[in-house]
Amino acid sequence: MIRAHVLICGGTGCTSSGSDKIQEAFERELAASDLASEIKVVRTGCFGLCAVGPVVIVHPDGTFYSHVTPDDVPEIVSEHLLKGRPVKRLEYKDVDETVRDKVNVSLNDTTFYKTQKRVALRNCGVIDPENIDEYIAMDGYQALGKVLTEMTPDDVIKVILDSGLRGRGGGGFPTGRKWMFAKASVSDKKYVVCNADEGDPGAFMDRSVLEGDPHAVLEAMAIAGYAIGADEGYIYVRAEYPIAVHRLEIALKQAREYGLLGKNIFGTGFNFDITIRLGAGAFVCGEETALLTSIEGNRGEPRPRPPFPAVKGLFGQPTIINNVETFANICQIILNGPEWFASMGTEKSKGTKVFALGGKITNTGLVEIPMGTTLREVVEVIGGGVPNGKKFKAAQTGGPSGGCIPASLIDTPIDYDNLIAIGSMMGSGGLIIMDEDTCMVDLAKFFLEFTVDESCGKCAPCRIGTRRLLEILEKIVDGKGELEDIDRLEELAAYIKSASLCGLGQTAPNPVLSTLRYFRDEYIAHVTEKRCPAGVCKHLLSYSIDPEKCRGCTACARVCPAGAISGSVKQPHTIDTAKCLKCGACIEKCKFGAIIKK
Amino acid sequence: MDMVNVKINGREYSVPADSTVLEAARYAGVDIPTLCYLKDINEIGACRLCLVEVTGARGLVTSCVYPVNEGMEIFTNTPKVLAARKTNLELVLSNHEKKCLSCVRSTSCELQKLANEYGCEEGHFHGASIEYEKDESTPFLVRDNNKCILCRRCVAACKNMQGIGVIGTNDRGFDTHIGTAFEKKLAETSCIGCGQCIVACPVGALYEKDDTQKVLDAIADPKKHVAICTAPSIRATIGECFGYEPGTDVEGKMVAAVKRLGFDGVYDMNLTADLTIMEEATEFLERVKEGGKLPLITSCSPGWIKYCEHYFPDMTENLSSCKSPQQMFGAMYKTYYAEKMGIDPKDIFFVSCIPCTAKKFEVGRDGQSAAGVPDVDVAITTRELARMIEKAGINFKALPDEKFDQPFDIGSGAGAIFGATGGVMEAALRTAAEVILGKPLEKLEFDDVRGTAPIKRATYKLGDLEIKVAVASGTKNAKELLTKVQNGEEKVDFIEIMACPGGCVNGGGQPLQPASVRNTVDLRALRAKVLYTADSKMDLRKSHENSAVKKLYDEYLGKPGSHRAHEILHTTYVKRGL
Repeated sequence: MIRAHVLICGGTGCTSSGSDKIQEAFERELAASDLASEIKVVRTGCFGLCAVGPVVIVHPDGTFYSHVTPDDVPEIVSEHLLKGRPVKRLEYKDVDETVRDKVNVSLNDTTFYKTQKRVALRNCGVIDPENIDEYIAMDGYQALGKVLTEMTPDDVIKVILDSGLRGRGGGGFPTGRKWMFAKASVSDKKYVVCNADEGDPGAFMDRSVLEGDPHAVLEAMAIAGYAIGADEGYIYVRAEYPIAVHRLEIALKQAREYGLLGKNIFGTGFNFDITIRLGAGAFVCGEETALLTSIEGNRGEPRPRPPFPAVKGLFGQPTIINNVETFANICQIILNGPEWFASMGTEKSKGTKVFALGGKITNTGLVEIPMGTTLREVVEVIGGGVPNGKKFKAAQTGGPSGGCIPASLIDTPIDYDNLIAIGSMMGSGGLIIMDEDTCMVDLAKFFLEFTVDESCGKCAPCRIGTRRLLEILEKIVDGKGELEDIDRLEELAAYIKSASLCGLGQTAPNPVLSTLRYFRDEYIAHVTEKRCPAGVCKHLLSYSIDPEKCRGCTACARVCPAGAISGSVKQPHTIDTAKCLKCGACIEKCKFGAIIKK
Repeated sequence: MDMVNVKINGREYSVPADSTVLEAARYAGVDIPTLCYLKDINEIGACRLCLVEVTGARGLVTSCVYPVNEGMEIFTNTPKVLAARKTNLELVLSNHEKKCLSCVRSTSCELQKLANEYGCEEGHFHGASIEYEKDESTPFLVRDNNKCILCRRCVAACKNMQGIGVIGTNDRGFDTHIGTAFEKKLAETSCIGCGQCIVACPVGALYEKDDTQKVLDAIADPKKHVAICTAPSIRATIGECFGYEPGTDVEGKMVAAVKRLGFDGVYDMNLTADLTIMEEATEFLERVKEGGKLPLITSCSPGWIKYCEHYFPDMTENLSSCKSPQQMFGAMYKTYYAEKMGIDPKDIFFVSCIPCTAKKFEVGRDGQSAAGVPDVDVAITTRELARMIEKAGINFKALPDEKFDQPFDIGSGAGAIFGATGGVMEAALRTAAEVILGKPLEKLEFDDVRGTAPIKRATYKLGDLEIKVAVASGTKNAKELLTKVQNGEEKVDFIEIMACPGGCVNGGGQPLQPASVRNTVDLRALRAKVLYTADSKMDLRKSHENSAVKKLYDEYLGKPGSHRAHEILHTTYVKRGL
């Protein structure tokens, strides 16, 4: 008889901070206390609140422990599991004091979780992803059973169409229509492909779904196969996601053993099986045609559309290709009905969206919110605000393909169309928060460096154009920019957007264009005043010492790697700007705030 | 044919429903510029130059691959389109080594022409560029990535057209470049030297290794006897370098021009094409009679030979041991003719002009030195010969027609058609048939083996003997045929293979034509027609009736397949593997 469950986050974040060691410690301690038969340790997928990991939850009371180390485990076992006294010092400290002071706060009452709506992530952090029975206990494979025994392929497509589900990979194309096109293509052979080549810097929504609930994706792929008439599926997943790959392999094996994949599923005569293909880490392979080319064994490069994959995709056959998160919604739509799904969200963006919240925000992690939630809610409530008393400056959505949302638009309800309208895009769900210390020119340069690196090199606008664009930005941050360079940026950016072969090139200039749109004054300051308002661009900074404040302690001179600081003991020091590397080491060392950076 | 109605630049047209926008525009008399597009082999939409505006489309449309549909409204010349093309070209120029004055492709460069048309500034964009080391490792071609614009036409020619793929794209983004696997030198790969990559290249990133200076030096050397023979197909193509339409026979002017370059003898390789037939037909009949290795496969194309050695090493015994006509000519010249004229073979500098880059490799092969010195000293392509003529200030078009020098001035029609795919087979059949039947053929044309089809097959009944023949041109097609032969799916007695699609008329050393011509005109057929027309007009159309050939046997070689003929006219092969 199991009387309690210890859930340990086994997502990549918590695993890298040692949650596997915590699991071992629990198993050891429970065995030592003779509790192994009554308390079950479960390694789950990601809970979402990565900022406070490793995370452990003890059920049935739902105590939420954060920052747990293996050394804490004996105390949890002896105090909580043996004596029933939760370890207060390890309990999660909510940003909201009224929540914090309550005893035994359940996860769903925390500020971070209470406004979230978990659909795609419903099983993440709840079940053991390596145990198909736990998935089945959460209604797993019911949707597939329903589809195969009660619905025609057209019924399935109609449900997906009616739900209003749009592609979660970035483009936002209606999923039902994609399926409809593929079904309409006549061929003996069709494919279902899952795009798990998540590549935006800082984004890990898909990884978390695969790590926490792999069967949801497998089941949805089989449903898609039934809907379009395909018997074969591929999951293209990054090799850099070893945990996700491992759990997918286990899930595939278990699903086959249970007859939920393979031949004659549920005795209906429907066959469907799935192969895993590992991606080698090229960002461009997230572009659907490049991904297909890569599965085919060729250099991962996009190909022109039309023909669209629904007509001529993998190995020249009709193919649907959907993102992990898109698939993660399918079974719930089938089970709960399209009206349920469409009741969440905005007019044209239904359901929820998972975001990887990162940057200058207290609660970095994974959040799932109904479409239409405002950016303010995400930043100030769920995210717990910008740390260190800094001001929110902007948020970047859509990663290197997206754009920034300035503070003035913080009340924008997040959905596909609103984001496009303000010059950004939903993208796959990266949401990076920036505070006042962020230089927007430097930010644009950062993202452009990424796309320049990740351009596949096939088409000239992206291969050469993005490089030239970056070179103009480098000139500006180096203090060599001219006003005309801003025009050049805009012209070249517009050209690259209109002329590039694939989505990578067509969106690569977005970070430049959107920062120019909302923070043009920063560009102008860099160019005309040779000044970086955020104090980031090294070449535009100069360091000096305020003689009034300097006590001549010599700490700065000792730490300066370039020997640029001189002065006698107890006398004000000076910095030789010719030698100064602008590394900032002196500022960190000075106890008197005497060093001026501007 | 299903048609659809489209509007192009405001005018209405009815175009085939399966057209691309680019093809539809061509029906409307509008040429949309392209750099990467090669019909059927490189439809990758990479260069982004062919972009046009289509009403209702999101962004600009890639005309080379975008299908038309009913009611489509296309604009090929809007300010937006023209500006995009100009920016595109200027970006490409910003990463292109702009040494146009000294570039071998100056005036025939597709990028140069477009940059000029669009009023591009070379320096509009400037920034980093990567310096690449030229690959000059092979005797036949040079790869210069500094000039490369990454249109990938060479990659497509090598992989998609020839089925080889020794070059491809390496690295990514701005660092992307064309290279071999593991960045090996081309000479270390199983490149066959066909030169189809050069033919495909729009700029000066790929070109034949120029050997003209060696020829000029030899001519200038008073101690050297310098002779040249021109291959059958040169007369059908060299005119293109001097402004003639493709498919113009300029034999007389070509001979006149070459004579004015200062050679001591200017000869017709058709003669040794006939000699090849005598040896090869004899070899074939012997193999049939004595149960030798069949199918016998022709050995005139050195690109094919190298291909066979690399990719079908188990089939080298099937190759005819006959040297190619080029090598036979040099071998006869330095033995028979040298003896006859009392010239030391060491003082002879023998040049061949061929449509082929692989022949530059062939001249250096082992087993190609009948007189103890290389049979052929230098092989120059059609393009190099044209360059020599231009450099010498010879006004090609104004020249009178002149004749080849004796005693190697007689070539049959059978020798002439060697330059087209199926030509060697037809020439051999003419001779073999008459030898077997013992009487003249009523009809000399073997139509089944003519034409530019990738693989041609025919069965002929010659007396009691039924002969199955097959002809393939282009190594991709050769691979398809040979794989079937190896698997036993197909039984053939005699095979002709040419490395280049269409045969020598479309060789890697032939005059370059821009993609705009290659995509719309079948150069292979046009050029081959010159050879078939010449053949049809000749009295002498069979190799075995060539009196000059007979004389060579009577005076020197004995009979076809004799011991001496083998010493001088035959060679051996190497199993190279990959």
